[in-house]
Amino acid sequence: MATNLLARLNLPGFESESKKVKHYGVVANFDTPEDLLRAVRTARAAGFSKMEAYTPFPIHGIDEALGAPRSPLGKIVMCCGLTGLVSAVLLQWWTGAVDYPLSVAGKPLFALEPSVPIMFELSVLLSAFGAVFGMLHLNRLPTYYHAFFNYSKAEGASNDRFLLAVEVEDPKFIAEEVKTFLDSCGSRHTELVEA
Amino acid sequence: MADLALDPRMELNPPLITSGATYAEVNQQISVITETAPPKQWYWVFFGVALPLLGLLGVCLTYLAFTGIGVWGNNVPVGWGWDITNFVWWIGIGHAGTLISAILFLFRQKWRTSINRAAEAMTLFAVACAGIYPLFHTGRPWRAFYWLLPAPNELLHMWQNFRSPLMWDVFAVSTYATVSALFWFVGLIPDLATLRDRAQNPVRKTIFGILSLGWRGSASQWRHYELAYLILAGLSTPLVLSVHSIVSFDFATSVLPGWHTTIFPPYFVAGAVFSGFAMVITLMTLARYIYGLENLITIKHLENMCKVILATGTIVGFAYATEFFIAWYSANQYERFIFMNRAFGPYGWAYWTMISCNVIAPQFFWFKKLRTSVPVMFVLCIFINIGMWFERFVIIATSLHRDFLPSSWGYFRPTWVDIGTFAGTFGLFLTLFLLFLRFLPAIAISEVKGVLHHQINTQPATAGKGGAH
Repeated sequence: MATNLLARLNLPGFESESKKVKHYGVVANFDTPEDLLRAVRTARAAGFSKMEAYTPFPIHGIDEALGAPRSPLGKIVMCCGLTGLVSAVLLQWWTGAVDYPLSVAGKPLFALEPSVPIMFELSVLLSAFGAVFGMLHLNRLPTYYHAFFNYSKAEGASNDRFLLAVEVEDPKFIAEEVKTFLDSCGSRHTELVEA
Repeated sequence: MADLALDPRMELNPPLITSGATYAEVNQQISVITETAPPKQWYWVFFGVALPLLGLLGVCLTYLAFTGIGVWGNNVPVGWGWDITNFVWWIGIGHAGTLISAILFLFRQKWRTSINRAAEAMTLFAVACAGIYPLFHTGRPWRAFYWLLPAPNELLHMWQNFRSPLMWDVFAVSTYATVSALFWFVGLIPDLATLRDRAQNPVRKTIFGILSLGWRGSASQWRHYELAYLILAGLSTPLVLSVHSIVSFDFATSVLPGWHTTIFPPYFVAGAVFSGFAMVITLMTLARYIYGLENLITIKHLENMCKVILATGTIVGFAYATEFFIAWYSANQYERFIFMNRAFGPYGWAYWTMISCNVIAPQFFWFKKLRTSVPVMFVLCIFINIGMWFERFVIIATSLHRDFLPSSWGYFRPTWVDIGTFAGTFGLFLTLFLLFLRFLPAIAISEVKGVLHHQINTQPATAGKGGAH
């Protein structure tokens, strides 16, 4: 009874028998981007939904094939850019006209025209921060550990291999069946990968 | 290959990657550069030149910091001299890198992939060299932070003047450096992961493991990554145009004859691209030779850059003519004087050096035989770099040395510190570039694979149906 309770809490050392070896999923290995794309489409047609492809360069059309939504990065960048624009106006107005008013050659303390360069530069700077750090956040990077790297040929994904992982979270996931299915799609090396 | 060459369209659009490489071969060829010692003695010869120059930079800057900026030749009437000339020149060198990585990316010019990484690295190093000048011309670089950036401080109790173009310059250049560095690093992430995956040595594996941030190359990662890259390219394009425009405002918003002209922003941008591409060719022909990258950086790439140089060189030449015409047409005697003085005054030798190098030298690129010859383009590009340096020098020195009062006329001569600092920045630039070539993938591996994929898929169609590239 007590052990069951502990197992449910998933405390280290008390995991239930079935949870002791966790799995990431089944990873298949293809020769070309076209083979991978075909396999993704077949797998989608067969009803798999939790899949991930790993490739050395972006393959166009794979997002649609995997059913991935559009990246929200554009909105993040837009917000950052507007923040930059507004803060540039505030910075120049407050420092030049409020906190340290200094008349130079009788020019107005604050005007929009000479403020444009700073407004532009700060918009670009904050947008770029938004693009880079937004991308890293959406990709959950930097990351210390990912189960994908337990795959014995994971390094192929940055060389010339095109990998497809069907993850354990997939409602239709039964390791042996997924393995046979991916082999039938033309996988060169299919492996059940531990998490 | 033989029957491909027979197709006239293939001659117009030769494959960007020759020798029928595979993804694995591209991987191997580029990664192995960072994993083994440089193959040719030339690498060490360049290092032998770069390191003493870097030392000279250290000596000159230390001397300046301890003595004051009087060690430079700047004085009344020429208050700006080599410092601003070198600053503008180095910033201009950097522009080709951003142009290649951003503008050509937006225009879907696939030929950029073999050269963009090294060109972006060149941008960063050139901006680092440029940054030295504004920093040290303050005389007290350790306090420059408070004078240049709007940081609340207890030292001065005051704020910068945002109505000054010099202040805009600080923002433009620091934004440019930051965005270029981000753009470069984002481009590097997948390639750093490649190096991590290839690493045998645990130290190497750890270093590249940390640098690649745990990149996996999953489809969801590529999705965000590609959008981020596109956005950065979209941001860098107006940025690169704005930076040199703002640099030109330093001059154009003043009331000095020869500086106070609206032609400056586009003219400076064209000149920056012109000199930047010349520097890219200078460096890439060397890197290509040292590392045997002829199949990745093909004559086609170099020829395309020569065409850009020809186009921007023509714009620059046109701008020189326009300046002269407007000086005459304005009927402003000071404006007329300054231009006659530029061409026939005491700095006439610098003016005609500029004209010969910038207007005449690129004209050779009209001939295909010359723009596809590596030695010819190497020599011409060196001339263009010299010419563009003189352009900045002529603009600065000739407008200042004879001002409205003939009693205060003078002649600017650089001191040994001026010359040593400028030579020293070459040492810094070359050292950084050589280290980059040695330790980081000089060619964007993942992007070249993408181009190769495109080429594999379209080439049979091109040979058969003669379809467009």
